[in-house]
Amino acid sequence: MATAGEILRRSLADEVGVSKGSVSGSEELHVLAVDDSFVDRKVIERLLKISSCKVTVVESGSRALQYLGLDGEKSSVAFNDLKINLIMTDYSMPGMTGYELLKKIKESSAFREIPVVIMSSENILARIDRCLEEGAEEYILKPVKLSDVKRIKDVIMGGDGEQKKRRSVRKRGREDCFYSLSQPPLVQSASSSAFDFLPSELQSSSPFSTLSLSKRPKLQTRD
Amino acid sequence: MEVVQMQRAWVEYTKSLFREGFLDAQFQQLQLLQDESNPDFVAEVVSLFFEDSERLLSDLTFALEQQSVDFKKVDAHVHQLKGSSSSIGAQRVKNDCIAFRSFCEEQNVEGCQRCLQQVKQDYSLVKSKLEALIRLEQQIVAAGGSIPMEELSF
Repeated sequence: MATAGEILRRSLADEVGVSKGSVSGSEELHVLAVDDSFVDRKVIERLLKISSCKVTVVESGSRALQYLGLDGEKSSVAFNDLKINLIMTDYSMPGMTGYELLKKIKESSAFREIPVVIMSSENILARIDRCLEEGAEEYILKPVKLSDVKRIKDVIMGGDGEQKKRRSVRKRGREDCFYSLSQPPLVQSASSSAFDFLPSELQSSSPFSTLSLSKRPKLQTRD
Repeated sequence: MEVVQMQRAWVEYTKSLFREGFLDAQFQQLQLLQDESNPDFVAEVVSLFFEDSERLLSDLTFALEQQSVDFKKVDAHVHQLKGSSSSIGAQRVKNDCIAFRSFCEEQNVEGCQRCLQQVKQDYSLVKSKLEALIRLEQQIVAAGGSIPMEELSF
């Protein structure tokens, strides 16, 4: 039979461990970082540690699921004890992509509230759109900088309301946008018909998909 | 050499690497992550980059030697190399990889082989320069000095 103390502890753990934005100032943010690159794992780990986060780094989506206890195997760690506050994952990984990992996390009742940030070297609007639609908190362009981590941390630890609801696309700066424009189209071909629906900052980007025009207004209102 | 002279040499050398396009702003980001509690951070990341790159360049050489080139595989390797070079700020190598990917897309074997040569050349250059830079840093620290990161604003 649970005592009052146990019930209180469990509900606190629920709050701190699983829901976003409720990490108190004295608690460290615990971030699960997922990347198949040795170099990037080392860098993201340091970026997060220097930003006063507790970090767990894994090399694949399947390892991430294993860590979270979502892989179907019996996990010896009760999920409340993990207290992951944020997941940052690379998009392009062999086996399970960051997008597939995102989907699995959002499908899980235990972890769907944990914010997931996608990291990618590729500025492909269709990909960004897909990730945001699936519930990613942000899509950031690699290489990841200290200011990116700081900003994400502020958003996650920040207040309620607009900031938590924001789904925004972060671009590094003009030169990055232009760089991707000079590359041959990597995914779908351009269509100009939906241009009018896009917020001006997204209109300056390169080819975007013709998918789901009905979703465009949703993207707009989030800003 | 005196510590002050070594420090000055370090600043000049680092600035020249940025000026000549071997390194970009991301390398400065890495330097920001180094401090007394992690004094070897840059050297460690750079060494991971070397290991990674050598493996990838060897895989690329093998893949492009095949009778029937698997461009998907070649592109995957180049993508990885582009990623890691970008993460440490090895600008020339990164840019070479971007060009390389275009040739992969065109399935142009000769173009790819030329790119591979270019990447190998630029990799070899940046490797020797980074090794020299890190050696200089280690000498400064061994002589009791510190790395004058703050003098890099330009």
